[in-house]
Amino acid sequence: MQDNKRVYVDNAATTPIDERVLGVILPHLINDYGNASSLHKEGRDARRFIDKSRAEIADLIESKKDEIIFTSGGTEADSLAILGIARASKSNGSHIVTSVIEHKAILDACKRLESEGFEITYVGVDSDGLVSVDDIESALREDTILVSIMAANNEIGSLQPIAKISKAIKQSVAKNAVFHTDACQATNYLELNVDDLGIDAMTLSSSKIYGPKGVGCLYLRDGVKIQPIVFGGGQEKGIRSGTENIALIVGFAEAMKIVNEVRSIEKDRLKDLRNYLLSEIEQKIDGITVNGGMIDRLPNNLNISIKGVEGESLLLMLDQFGIAVSTGSACSSSDLNPSHVLLAINTPIELAHCSVRFSLGRFTNRDDIDYIVKSLVESVEKIRGLSVIKS
Amino acid sequence: MSHDMSDGDGWIYSEQVREHFFSPKNVLFDESNYRADGIGSVGSPECGDMMLVWIKVDEAGERIKECKWRTFGCASAIAAASMMSVMATENGGMTLEQAQRLKPEQIVERLGGLPDRKFHCSVLGHKALREAVLDYLRGKENGK
Repeated sequence: MQDNKRVYVDNAATTPIDERVLGVILPHLINDYGNASSLHKEGRDARRFIDKSRAEIADLIESKKDEIIFTSGGTEADSLAILGIARASKSNGSHIVTSVIEHKAILDACKRLESEGFEITYVGVDSDGLVSVDDIESALREDTILVSIMAANNEIGSLQPIAKISKAIKQSVAKNAVFHTDACQATNYLELNVDDLGIDAMTLSSSKIYGPKGVGCLYLRDGVKIQPIVFGGGQEKGIRSGTENIALIVGFAEAMKIVNEVRSIEKDRLKDLRNYLLSEIEQKIDGITVNGGMIDRLPNNLNISIKGVEGESLLLMLDQFGIAVSTGSACSSSDLNPSHVLLAINTPIELAHCSVRFSLGRFTNRDDIDYIVKSLVESVEKIRGLSVIKS
Repeated sequence: MSHDMSDGDGWIYSEQVREHFFSPKNVLFDESNYRADGIGSVGSPECGDMMLVWIKVDEAGERIKECKWRTFGCASAIAAASMMSVMATENGGMTLEQAQRLKPEQIVERLGGLPDRKFHCSVLGHKALREAVLDYLRGKENGK
């Protein structure tokens, strides 16, 4: 085992902060402590920095700057989108369409809406983890007010056909439905132009893009009605009250800018590393299945099941080697259920318990991959040695 | 009953669980040549938890001489199996009655505690041992 060196390949859970982002945040944390709603200089300075960051982010997704609403992160933006848009549109209908593989932030908000009298259709996915545009079309009704489909899935990396879905919605009986996408996982690797995608609302999270945790935003197209879920001083046009955290907002904008600069190189670099990781694993270990399809997939994501090797035990064994990954096994979750995403793509349940996710990142290099493979071989041997299920 | 779940470096489990997970005792690596007196099987791959236990009983048919196992499951399940096997064979070995009466709580206690949601892993250990003993007793009845 390496002395204390960590190989962190759980970037889909969260990312380390980029040094450049840190460099930008610190001075603001120290100097720009004003409340942006105050009329004095400290307040005006704070207001200026927020507006600048807002404009930068808007620029990167080609939206208008007042269409950006800052929140405490992706989860809050998802809750705001689902609860806020649905409640504001209730007079037009109470039917919502989403997918079975959405993040819990979307699914739990939908569950809450069900108890408020809304009806939700959860569209299924195929074994690659993709929704079919036809299935979405069939689900749309005259009283559909909101459609929410994630751009990229966090567990298996599947990329949904957002632009095609948008076209389908606009040509359907639900042509005025608001189309929202959770783009937290997609930001690093996909161009997010709101008009190209044809979306009316989008969730972005700083913690997945090498920015600081605790900040994100909801893009909301001009004209879309929304109710707040946080109340108070009326910041963010009354949609999200609360004294703004200048340092976090500036950090978020900086992280977005860096992502934009490095995206095309990182896409290719990580795809190569991910494919190398998979081919090494398949050569050296038997009983490997890949969860999700390889074509419409995030370039940094590898989710596999290893026969006979339960996920939590593998996670802890790899952790001992200094490697950080995550698993979809039941034993690793707080509610003792295996990953809903793996079950949705019809992964046999015993293999869902044996799943492990590697999400490579900006700081992953080829030596890391070699070390992961070596450690994985040893860990699998050890766990299979004492497992009931041989390969 | 509350336990401090983490050890020195803040690991999620106790020192005892860590020890039994990374250095499990009494694993049966190759059962092809092992003549067990009783075998117990509990759980399933679909459950994400499965334990096989092989026991050898002494000549007098009273105490557990050897207790081997294999487990498909999380660190708690592996550690529970290992600890159970140690408890079954220490101090000259449990009597068959003691083995049948071994409670999951006793395994958890020896492990320095388990998170509440992992309690079922210790139940697996208790059940598998009991199945092995019952298997042995059924075998004796049938004049094996």
